[in-house]
Amino acid sequence: MASNFLRLRKPYYVESTINCSSSSDQKLVNLSFGIDETRNQTKKRQAKEHHGRRSCLDSCCWVTGYLCTTWWLLLFLYHCCLPFTVVHEVPELMPAARLKREGLTGIHPVVLVPGIVTGGLELWEGKPCADGLFRKRLWGGGGFTQLLKRPLCWLEHLSLHNETGLDPPGIRVRPVPGLFGADYSAPGYFVWDVLVKNLAKIGYEGKNLHMAAYDWRLSFQNTEVRDRALSRLKSKIELMYRANGNKKVVVVPHSMGVAYFLHFLKWVETPPPMGGGGGLGWCAEHIKAIVNIGPSFLGVPKAVSNILSAEGKDVAYFRAMAPGVLDSGTLGLRALEHVMRVSRTWDSVVSLMPKGGETIWGNMDWSPEDEHVCDFSKKRYFRLSPSDNNVNKSNAKQVFRVKDPVKYGRIISFGKAASVLHSSQLPTAVLKEILHMSASRNFTSSCGEAWTEYDEMSRESIQKIGAADKAYTATTLFDLLRFVAPKMMNRTEAHFSHGIADNLDDPKYNHYKFWSNPLEMKLPDAPNMEIYCSYGVGIPTERSYVYKLSPSNKCKRIPYQIDTSVDGEDRSCLKSGVYFADGDESVPVLSAGFMCAKGWKGRTRFNPSGINTYVREYQSKPLTSGIKSTAHVDIMGNIALIEDILRVAAGATGEEIGGNKIYSDILRMSERINLRL
Amino acid sequence: MSSLRRRKPINESSDSKHKAEEEDEDHDDVDADGDDDVNGKNKKTPSKIKKKRGEKPPKQPKWSCMDTCCWFIGCICITWWLLLFLYNAMPASFPQYVTEAITGPLPDPPGVKLKKEGLEAKHPVVFVPGIVTGGLELWQGRECAEGLFRKRLWGGTFGEVYKRPLCWVEHMSLDNETGLDPCGIRVRPVSGLVAADYFAPGYFVWAVLIANLARIGYEDKTMYMAAYDWRLSFQNTEVRDQTLSRIKSNIELLVATNGGRKVVVIPHSMGVLYFLHFMKWVEAPAPMGGGGGPDWCSKHIKAVVNIGGPFLGVPKAIAGLFSAEAKDIAVARALAPGFLDNDIFQFQTLQHVMRMSRTWDSTMSMIPRGGNTIWGGLDWSPEEGNSCAKKREKKNETQIADQAGSENAVCKAKSANYGRIISFGKDVAEAPSSDIERIDFRGAIKGHSAANTTCRDVWTEYHDMGFAGIKAVAEYKTYTADSLVDLLHFVAPKMMARGTAHFSYGVADNLDDPKYKHYKYWSNPLETRLPNAPDMEIYSLYGVGLPTERAYVYKLSPHAECSIPFKIDTSADDEDTCLRDGVYSVDGDETVPVLSAGFMCAKGWRGKTRFNPSGIRTYIREYNHLPPANLLEGRGTLSGAHVDIMGNFALIEDVIRIAAGASGEELGGDQVYSKIFNWSENINLQLDEEIPVHSSS
Repeated sequence: MASNFLRLRKPYYVESTINCSSSSDQKLVNLSFGIDETRNQTKKRQAKEHHGRRSCLDSCCWVTGYLCTTWWLLLFLYHCCLPFTVVHEVPELMPAARLKREGLTGIHPVVLVPGIVTGGLELWEGKPCADGLFRKRLWGGGGFTQLLKRPLCWLEHLSLHNETGLDPPGIRVRPVPGLFGADYSAPGYFVWDVLVKNLAKIGYEGKNLHMAAYDWRLSFQNTEVRDRALSRLKSKIELMYRANGNKKVVVVPHSMGVAYFLHFLKWVETPPPMGGGGGLGWCAEHIKAIVNIGPSFLGVPKAVSNILSAEGKDVAYFRAMAPGVLDSGTLGLRALEHVMRVSRTWDSVVSLMPKGGETIWGNMDWSPEDEHVCDFSKKRYFRLSPSDNNVNKSNAKQVFRVKDPVKYGRIISFGKAASVLHSSQLPTAVLKEILHMSASRNFTSSCGEAWTEYDEMSRESIQKIGAADKAYTATTLFDLLRFVAPKMMNRTEAHFSHGIADNLDDPKYNHYKFWSNPLEMKLPDAPNMEIYCSYGVGIPTERSYVYKLSPSNKCKRIPYQIDTSVDGEDRSCLKSGVYFADGDESVPVLSAGFMCAKGWKGRTRFNPSGINTYVREYQSKPLTSGIKSTAHVDIMGNIALIEDILRVAAGATGEEIGGNKIYSDILRMSERINLRL
Repeated sequence: MSSLRRRKPINESSDSKHKAEEEDEDHDDVDADGDDDVNGKNKKTPSKIKKKRGEKPPKQPKWSCMDTCCWFIGCICITWWLLLFLYNAMPASFPQYVTEAITGPLPDPPGVKLKKEGLEAKHPVVFVPGIVTGGLELWQGRECAEGLFRKRLWGGTFGEVYKRPLCWVEHMSLDNETGLDPCGIRVRPVSGLVAADYFAPGYFVWAVLIANLARIGYEDKTMYMAAYDWRLSFQNTEVRDQTLSRIKSNIELLVATNGGRKVVVIPHSMGVLYFLHFMKWVEAPAPMGGGGGPDWCSKHIKAVVNIGGPFLGVPKAIAGLFSAEAKDIAVARALAPGFLDNDIFQFQTLQHVMRMSRTWDSTMSMIPRGGNTIWGGLDWSPEEGNSCAKKREKKNETQIADQAGSENAVCKAKSANYGRIISFGKDVAEAPSSDIERIDFRGAIKGHSAANTTCRDVWTEYHDMGFAGIKAVAEYKTYTADSLVDLLHFVAPKMMARGTAHFSYGVADNLDDPKYKHYKYWSNPLETRLPNAPDMEIYSLYGVGLPTERAYVYKLSPHAECSIPFKIDTSADDEDTCLRDGVYSVDGDETVPVLSAGFMCAKGWRGKTRFNPSGIRTYIREYNHLPPANLLEGRGTLSGAHVDIMGNFALIEDVIRIAAGASGEELGGDQVYSKIFNWSENINLQLDEEIPVHSSS
């Protein structure tokens, strides 16, 4: 009843004001006084009469109320029942609980190094449009809500300066320090949290657990220049070493953090102006082991497609499913262009480009993964029965050999033909021709404000690159990128190098741009250190792409896109324009495992002191739930991996946890790579 | 929302208008009103209404109670969402517009103002939070705390206090004997700036200062929050968490990465004592200290800007330890008698609070130091002659000047005996000392009261004391700062045994005595020397103009089995001697009396004294409290209260100037509103070295 009455209150007043305009003032007075008097009266009448028609509004309210009530009820029940459901999961989720019963306690301090994208960023100084966001997250955590609220403002603040690769004027975005920096990437999407929980179970806490948060958008040396991130990390490691009774630290980098920490290893031992001045032997003194998770030592092909057209497998699929949505300019969204504009200012993306050129990634007609079997389901199957492993494998190979081997070496091909034809049938030197052509012509941009560097290229040269049946290998790829994005490559090639060193004693290799490339640096002199490569296998991972010219050839458009119409036959590695190889969904096995499997194995020129390396692979099982997943980020919740890390942190050596554990073909692939060691 | 709702009635009102006019002619006014209402309410066309009046309404499915409920909830939900949407769609600066429209343009925040002046970040800044304001999070807990891993137990929303209070108390307590973690529980300080920027959502501590520093270019690499577990004794933070080592390493890092610029340290509240401890620790040789060498401080620290520093302790701490209550709780008890004391719900709130807070060693660092020399004896106190009239003047500014003057005279005639920090009964507090008969409690035998086992799991040491002990305490009548320490030893021997191993409350006779090398003296400014750092500066910034607890009138509580046997006598009131609700108050920042915050900088360390052999310059900056002008201003930008002062614009400006490189002279030297210099004069403390090298007077 009361509710009905409430509903009626508003019409009273509205009515009265309207009436007053037509009738006398006297009436208004009466009306307003009369309301109280008539309240009882109306109530009675209402009781009699109000069961009239439900208006649309009423029904709406009713439905909403109904839904809300149900929702709350369910929520309430959920919270009541939660304790019971959790109890069942806990023992499984917590390998630490079991290990603790075995008597394991944390001995070595642990340093976590997050990868690209997973670290949080917060605002310290911004443009007026970002008012009120001071020290609020822009990236990670709840930060993505800002993306929805003010997308352009958000993009502007996440961009870096086009030329310096540092802050744009008037904007300071900084990494979130501490464990909060990267424990969850988005609410509910854990990154480090499970691992941290498990470490805490065996006795870790703030004083012996550190998250080396850094701004993952910057090039590695710039994190030191701007934020002193490397100095801080050094000081933190020294402090933890001292404060925990001179116990060496165990470092756990993930994804790009692997390359970042390689950079740190060199930086810390290099004398001051460029390096940290820790002196030779710093690593030997302070570091027990580096447990690389999902390491992208030799880069990822994904980075190439990201730079070229701001898309990956997922975006390409999406485009195929809903053609036109991403490309339509009607909404003024043009999401991909914006993404490309922003991500091209991030130097760190370039650190993920494939390193080692054709020697590692294969050339036009050859690649280390030549014998790769693409039927992942089948592969999993025969893995389960090791006894007839060989038989199955040879079968698979036979089936496979009937077809042409996939030419993984061609990381980018324009047109499907270019990706399968023999190299002799492909035109050569297109790029040089175009370069020559465009250099001779004084080209002025017709696109007004340039968004991406594509706008500064002449339409003809864009067309020409796309039209020719041309394939690019890991080496020639850089020529292509230098052509389509000269400024970006200029900026970033001062910070990263992607080649292979001929002579590591060459003094030029003292420059910091070589420090994050394992093929152009020597590991520090630390014979007692251990390096682990822990990564997931068994998930199809992007390895090379088939491109086409995008249909709309206008300004402010990305002229190339993955050709999603290209599909191989059944059980082929080609799907929607992407060739897949084995890996953890982001990093191919080759990139993750090669250094540990061969490049650094034993005493090589890259590893002069003979640091022990171990390859630990984690096999993806069909229908994996969270705790057994081996995908690039989800692997951080993999119980087998966590157990390994805990054991290493508690003092076990690589031999004690079982040495190498290999499911993929990494050893055979590595064999095929002809690299002088 | 309202527009949506209105739409219907408005549409119909055009119809109803005709009808209203029609009926206007037929009926009298009141009746017409009723009809109009019906029209609006039922949203029917007039013809239908007329029809209906005679007949019954057409059969429709009836709205059941359930439906109505749903409808109602739906209505509220939709309104709520709409408002939420509007709120979110509102530009962020909207509240500011409203405020400015009402109060006129706000002054620029100091950061913006100083940036316009061209100030830039120069010296790295270290914050040292005080007691209670730092967040604590759970790293390992009992079963009852399942799912709270790395969630805040202290600070933030305090949601767990309501959900599982006993579990919370259990986790927040420390071990009774060691003062460290209880078995199986690890609660650790939150690290980083988030540790103490906000205490609870919306209740800032450091956030305003941080935001203003950020305006002139400070960021993570130049700011550092020295978060520590404020429950532990200072030396134990090093033993358990290596906190002091971390602070040392971080300060060294800040100096190294900022081109050798020394740091400006900003401790607040208990952080002031913690940092004093740190300065001694860092220069002491290795096993007990940090081994930084004798010139570490002069190499690394530019200035120590103490905010609201209880250098000489706070009387509030006594009340807290003695009966787990302070002014606020005492007032609450007076307002709602029986609520806090009743055991019907088995709450025993105060007892639980006491049991928990007595395991926190750090509370004992706040016990008044310096004994009778500083805080006054039975018949004198440094604040003698302080009048409460000043405060009343502020409250009622219309009061005529000479009236205030006359009151002043009255006050002088009858001044409070602040030296008697605890008195049993108002008469005792006022009587001349010769009239008080005191029976020494120290030798009294503690009886065992038999029925104590029924007190469930609540533990306070009072249960070991028995009636005889309680009686003995009450019969000593009144306690000065000296005898208070003995009193606490008597009523809480275990706690004080732990406490005295870590803190000391005396005045040193001879600072060269080797015993003063022990860490328990490091946080007492009267028993340590400042480091040898002649270029360093020490500031004492604090608010004045608020009544601050200084002495208490106690009574025995009506004895119940498990309750605390003493409580503040809230019935004791005396206008003239600043006695209100059993609490004598003096000038201060609501928590720390002026004497404690200012004495060291005003006299104890001024010039070259034996406590300050290298002649570190000291400055006093007082900030007069002004309440916020209106509700919109929140906690005000002119506040002088202990925590709210962190949002005081004048203070922030001073801090920023110092951080940007200004010296104390450039700031304007001392800025004093209170009588701190007069009061310091009253204190008779030897300041020259035994072999006088240089006389400061």
